[in-house]
Amino acid sequence: MADAPNIPDEAEVRARWGNFAWTDENQKKANEILARYPKGREQSCSIPFLDLAQRQVGAETQTQGWLPVPVIEFVARQLGVAYMRIYEVATFYTMFNLAPVGRYHVQVCGTTPCMLRGSDDVLAACKNKGLIKGKTTPDGMFTLTEVECMGNCASAPMVQINDDNYEDLDYDRTVTILEALARGESPKTGTQEPGRHTVEPIGGPTTLTAMVGDNHDYRGEWGA
Amino acid sequence: MLADKDRIFTNLYGYQPWNVDAAMKRGDWDNTKALLELGQDKIIDVIKASGLRGRGGAGFPTGMKWSFMPKEPRPDRPSFLVINADESEPGSCKDREIIRHDPHKLIEGALVAGFAMRARAAYIYIRGEYIREAETLFAAVAEAYNRGFLGKNACGSGYDFDVFVHRGAGAYICGEETAMIESLEGKKGQPRLKPPFPAGAGLYGCPTTVNNVESIAVAPTILRRGAEWFSSFGRENNKGTKLFQISGHVDRPCVVEESMSISFRELIEKHCGGIRGGWDNLLAVIPGGSSVPLVPAAEIMDAPMDFDGLKAVGSGLGTAAVIVMDKSTDIVRAISRLSYFYKHESCGQCTPCREGTGWMWRVMERMRTGDADVAEIDTLFQVTKQVEGHTICALGDAAAWPIQGLIRHFRPEMERRIRERKGETGGNAPMMEAAE
Repeated sequence: MADAPNIPDEAEVRARWGNFAWTDENQKKANEILARYPKGREQSCSIPFLDLAQRQVGAETQTQGWLPVPVIEFVARQLGVAYMRIYEVATFYTMFNLAPVGRYHVQVCGTTPCMLRGSDDVLAACKNKGLIKGKTTPDGMFTLTEVECMGNCASAPMVQINDDNYEDLDYDRTVTILEALARGESPKTGTQEPGRHTVEPIGGPTTLTAMVGDNHDYRGEWGA
Repeated sequence: MLADKDRIFTNLYGYQPWNVDAAMKRGDWDNTKALLELGQDKIIDVIKASGLRGRGGAGFPTGMKWSFMPKEPRPDRPSFLVINADESEPGSCKDREIIRHDPHKLIEGALVAGFAMRARAAYIYIRGEYIREAETLFAAVAEAYNRGFLGKNACGSGYDFDVFVHRGAGAYICGEETAMIESLEGKKGQPRLKPPFPAGAGLYGCPTTVNNVESIAVAPTILRRGAEWFSSFGRENNKGTKLFQISGHVDRPCVVEESMSISFRELIEKHCGGIRGGWDNLLAVIPGGSSVPLVPAAEIMDAPMDFDGLKAVGSGLGTAAVIVMDKSTDIVRAISRLSYFYKHESCGQCTPCREGTGWMWRVMERMRTGDADVAEIDTLFQVTKQVEGHTICALGDAAAWPIQGLIRHFRPEMERRIRERKGETGGNAPMMEAAE
């Protein structure tokens, strides 16, 4: 958070985003979000609204999206709270980008469980593909960030790129994914280990083997 | 080893679909009405008798927690259940598997638990980074509404209950219960002072209970199979089954449901293919997620993996996130990286934590390279003691404990680095002197 770049409220940002408003589709989503919270507690929508706004900015700019100041102001108006209440939320949570990012936001987990399994190699692969931490590549394709534990520790190391996780990485697998994305392809998400399904032990599960081929109901064995 | 028939999360690996039809075929939502007909007090009694302790780290008895909620909530102050799916503790990756592969266990648990504590609704707070997992959860909740399992007259019980999903946006601290409530109210996730405790004044000032995903998701199965079944696993005071998440230097890292109190050796041998390079290559283990102190190889090998067993070796079960480190590990770097994590995640509210986490990380980085003085190890230890216990929430403690564990068990290694860097030779090594 402390090292997040702060983009000033420049005239051109305001000119570009001053008229920000929900698209019809997002207006519907915003109404659904509002319905989840009690009347008078609209401020609870701050995080979901900022997320929705960032996604809309992303859709308009063909990136992961970010939050220009006029967009944060728009969210505050929608919720009827002071701008500061929403701005402080936008700066507190790491998933809100306060500066433009690239088409793909490459978020490499570098916390200890991933580090033990080789996140250094993942970062080296990113570096050798021209990605620099905290920066966007000149072609606007990739922004690299080292993030904290993403909760994929049993299939570490991992990277989250926009909405998808790529797990069980090494140097070569990372390069393959970045190159596929650069070509406009959609590489397989989840674990990259051949033959691994999700987080079972590599080589096949040691438990619940009946579940592999069939939606087994264990209730018949409860009495035994 | 726990038999497959006694595992609660049968679709843990997602070989089968998560949807409501598949889940019902596995036994979820099977006459939930009958579970609710047991009545609030009886449900809480069964959970108490099962010995279930909270699965989020602190290990507080779940049934007792539910019993703190008001017996007759006022209409203008309804009670809420908040389910903590903000799984961000380094090493923890169990709630993710529950949510993306067995979400109906969680949703059914939310209804049962919410009913037992007389709550009006449940909010499931899922961490923002679990994007695909949240999509599954939203869809699963919608399925449950369509089937009449939630909403007005949930499951035909006559009880009205809603479940809402709320996504976070990337803040470890929101896993702390009062920070989670603040975040749900749309604010920065900064923990509140206690008291008042959430059971008195929580979400929107109303009585609130915050439970971990796993604690809630196991409740329906406990009610169906009985307290005696659940308490037949594990040692006294450490009952039940538990999702263990093994990461780091084992041959095959995985998430697996096992009986509580299983020995570390058995857990690793049975499910993880052993330690990388063999048992002689084991250096240390962080047995419960980053917030608990590490345990050296010799002490952990045959320790029972439960609350009391790990407390006895100076650590804790936490979330049962087992981080294994072999002898190739740069142990000082491994802990220093955790210090960076806490520096990054400190919410900035209390001075000892805000300033202390950064200070501790900077000193740990010097310890890593050896660019320090031996006396600074003691200073570092003292500072961890000044952070510990002097903050509103436990993040300060969590930042202090890994460093304390490192100094307690690996001080010689830290001193060796400092001496090496200074150009001195270590302890008993022969001095390099010119022949006379």
